Amino acid sequence: MNKITEKLLEVISDWKGVFDGAFNIREDGQCVGRQSSPNIRIDPLAGGAGLEIHVSSQAQGETVYIPACVTKSDVNDLVYNDFYIGDGADVVIVAGCGVHNDGEGEARHNGIHRFFVGKGAHVLYKEKHIGMGDGSGARRIDPITDITLEEDAVMEMDTTQISGVDSTVRTTNANLAARAKLIIHERLMTNDQETAKTDFTVNMNGEDAGVDLISRSVAKDRSHQEYRSVIRGNTRCTGHSECDAILVGNGTVSAAPELFAGHIDAALIHEAAIGKIAGEQILKLQTLGLTEEEAEQKIIDGFLKG
Amino acid sequence: MLILENITWSVPDGDSILKGVDLVIPSGGLTVITGPNGGGKTSLAKIVAGLYKPDSGRILLDGEDITNLSITERARKGVGYAFQQPVRFKGITVRDLLELAAGHPLEESELCDILGSVGLCTHDYIDREVSTGLSGGEIKRIEIASVLARSDTKLTIFDEPEAGIDLWSFAGLIEAFQKLKTKNSGSILIISHQERILNIADEIVVIAEGKVRAKGSRDEIMPVLLADEKAAHCPRGKEVY
Repeated sequence: MNKITEKLLEVISDWKGVFDGAFNIREDGQCVGRQSSPNIRIDPLAGGAGLEIHVSSQAQGETVYIPACVTKSDVNDLVYNDFYIGDGADVVIVAGCGVHNDGEGEARHNGIHRFFVGKGAHVLYKEKHIGMGDGSGARRIDPITDITLEEDAVMEMDTTQISGVDSTVRTTNANLAARAKLIIHERLMTNDQETAKTDFTVNMNGEDAGVDLISRSVAKDRSHQEYRSVIRGNTRCTGHSECDAILVGNGTVSAAPELFAGHIDAALIHEAAIGKIAGEQILKLQTLGLTEEEAEQKIIDGFLKG
Repeated sequence: MLILENITWSVPDGDSILKGVDLVIPSGGLTVITGPNGGGKTSLAKIVAGLYKPDSGRILLDGEDITNLSITERARKGVGYAFQQPVRFKGITVRDLLELAAGHPLEESELCDILGSVGLCTHDYIDREVSTGLSGGEIKRIEIASVLARSDTKLTIFDEPEAGIDLWSFAGLIEAFQKLKTKNSGSILIISHQERILNIADEIVVIAEGKVRAKGSRDEIMPVLLADEKAAHCPRGKEVY
């Protein structure tokens, strides 16, 4: 494992020199470390195209780390990771991605993650993305996440991209069976000329399924974001989406939330707000002794943390 | 000590709101500004805190001219201001706000003291966002707490602290102000219509039609206010406060 990977791992997966439990570290398309645990088995797919991660029902409160790093130019890494979560398991999956580029060519990671979450299982999926390096070459991360939740399964997806990624297209699709719950928290900040596209599609197919989709983003400088979400309530279910964006400088945001109620008892709500930081918020913090710039930073930090 | 000299201020469309306010607020006491709605009380408070710039006049805080200082500079010189309409923040928690106000991280016991003084239980609130999830009364108390959390204020202004606090017994609010009075050597300025707040004032200032109509000790001013309130009708220039 090279030094850049270690640095990226610190940011994306709280790496402190060692992972406790099951893990797989991917560097520039190669595996540089892998370990299974009694309840979490990590098997490579044929040809090194990715992994199969099997979490048994006995796993309770365990964590598995699946970070991927691209550390140089002219790497186009494509990986398929399939997660099979046993009925009743309780697991945390940390799957960050860091792209470092000091060169002129493009550095790209494209992770396709599929989750098959068994009945009554609970998954906390943490995905942090970051771009680093001084090169002129673009840093791209284009994750695709496909989620299948069986009855009573719960998945919390915590996805964060704070800086340095020139271009990202983030696609998430989910299908929910009866009483399954999906909670997604997205936090996104773009700077300079960066672009970010987010696309969520959630189908609630089983009775009393529920989704809570919260996206908070900040578009700074001349960056551009596009947000699209489709929540389909095909039966009695509840769906809530909340999409808030703060504009700073010449940032632009396009938001297109869509709700489809295909059943009389589908209860779906969407809330959205896009705009600059409210002047009153800055004034309040100034009366506490902060400068305008400090106030703006605190407001953005809090907004993205929440 | 706060000294206001001939303060005038007009709204952008030209209507004159403050028409030459001269006022001295002594250190170490509690002054309540009262008067009819639209008389200029909130405008005056915002001018002192720096949210509005006066068209003319001077503001002196402990002898220093702060008329041209920014909001931030005034805050750093010890001016505290509790908004009449509290501001909501998505993502900023009660703890974040109180720590920003204090200027340093706060121990659990300190948070308890501050929130307790506005009648809130710390454990229920410290991790909650100062956003739409809080009721009008809750956020008003947190607004007051954010000003109480500041240390070393020379002048603390509360703009209608009672507004929106319907469910909280007034005793808590009164107690918080009395406690602040004993621990703070600076001036406390409260804009209020509430008799129970007027009753704890050392000095009362009546502002009406953009000017100081009356000023004096509580014992001097209260009887006049109460007499007006009991009047069968309100003759022009003697509105009910």
